[in-house]
Amino acid sequence: MALAQTGAVGAHNAKVMNRFDLTKRVTEKLAREEAVIGGIGNSNFDLWASGQRPQNFYMLGSMGLAIPIALGVAIAQPQRHVIALEGDGSLLMQLGCLATVGMLKPANLTIVVWDNGIYQITGSQPSASGASADLVAIARGAGIANSAWAADEDDFDRLVAAALIGGPSLIAARIDDKPGVATTDRDPVQIRERFMRGLGVRGNPST
Amino acid sequence: MILAAMASDAHPLAGCKGCCGASANEIDVSERPLPAMTDTETRAATWHEIVLAMLKANDVRLVVYVPDRVLTPLIKAAHEDPFFTTFVCTREEEALGILTGAWMGGMRGAVLMQTSGFGTIPNALASLVVPSQVPALIFVSERGTLGEFNLGQAMVYKAMRPVLDALGIEYHTITRMDELGFIVDRSIKQAVATQAPATFILSPLLTGGKVFGA
Repeated sequence: MALAQTGAVGAHNAKVMNRFDLTKRVTEKLAREEAVIGGIGNSNFDLWASGQRPQNFYMLGSMGLAIPIALGVAIAQPQRHVIALEGDGSLLMQLGCLATVGMLKPANLTIVVWDNGIYQITGSQPSASGASADLVAIARGAGIANSAWAADEDDFDRLVAAALIGGPSLIAARIDDKPGVATTDRDPVQIRERFMRGLGVRGNPST
Repeated sequence: MILAAMASDAHPLAGCKGCCGASANEIDVSERPLPAMTDTETRAATWHEIVLAMLKANDVRLVVYVPDRVLTPLIKAAHEDPFFTTFVCTREEEALGILTGAWMGGMRGAVLMQTSGFGTIPNALASLVVPSQVPALIFVSERGTLGEFNLGQAMVYKAMRPVLDALGIEYHTITRMDELGFIVDRSIKQAVATQAPATFILSPLLTGGKVFGA
């Protein structure tokens, strides 16, 4: 297993974990129909592989918009907790969204960042987070005070459990370079419609 | 602030003859102070008052924007009205992501931007809003024409409609006060009913635009 590079000083001792394993650790904790937004590429592939909950949304394009989409859901449904799963390259493309989250401080939003220091799906080109950028420090600077690196799996579990109680929170995990373990069916209308039914916005078409 | 017409017939649009379908019941003006008026002091509604009235009439509660000088009175009025959840974001494509999430969560939303901001969103439109069939309501303060002083704005102005045409996105260029309410109201209803985005290009003929040398 290739070890992920990290430029984050705060994460230099963090264990390198696996995205699919950690994704399952997130979804296994969801008991209240929490919404989960899977970012482009491997983030939503592993969410798809973890079990296709009706409250999962799989992003097929629009790199960088998983957190804004999650924020929109969180604003529309303040009683429901919303989790965004996003990769380091995607977040680096849309860092401003952290400032918006830091400004609005939605209590029902959790951001999980998978940081392997590479643009894995395009050929593992190095990302700035692999060289120098500390995404947790950036999130704190953007106003998301409750931002932390997960030291290991147990720490990740603890951080996720705490985030589900109140936020906003950002949890960053160093991950390996393994690809997603499945591929999402790429039907955006079906994904969107099923998600809306999962959120109770749409009635069952047969009724 | 209240539209003068509301004081007399409780209708959101001065001069509207039922075109927008709104009634007094759909627009709550009960908490707004009535200005002191005599029969001769009525005034026409401003463009931004009409836009907000039509958003409200169609239950569009979320207003996300990237600032623009011309849009300032609309942004200010949206912030001051508790009906709306109004906030600034950092990029226009971020706003489209927020609107998409809100729509999926059951909340209608509009984004306000200037012409140069439109230049940043084709990918978010092409890879999220259009294929997912999201009725994002996009208001663009039109720069780059009718006295523009910034060539950068003028170039995006030239590209904006071809991009919208290429993506098959409905748009209207609004130049006249007497058409504004009808276009916005009907287009919001169509966007929601057909699950498709709509773009409202607010011409300097409507808003006054931004004047060079100010």
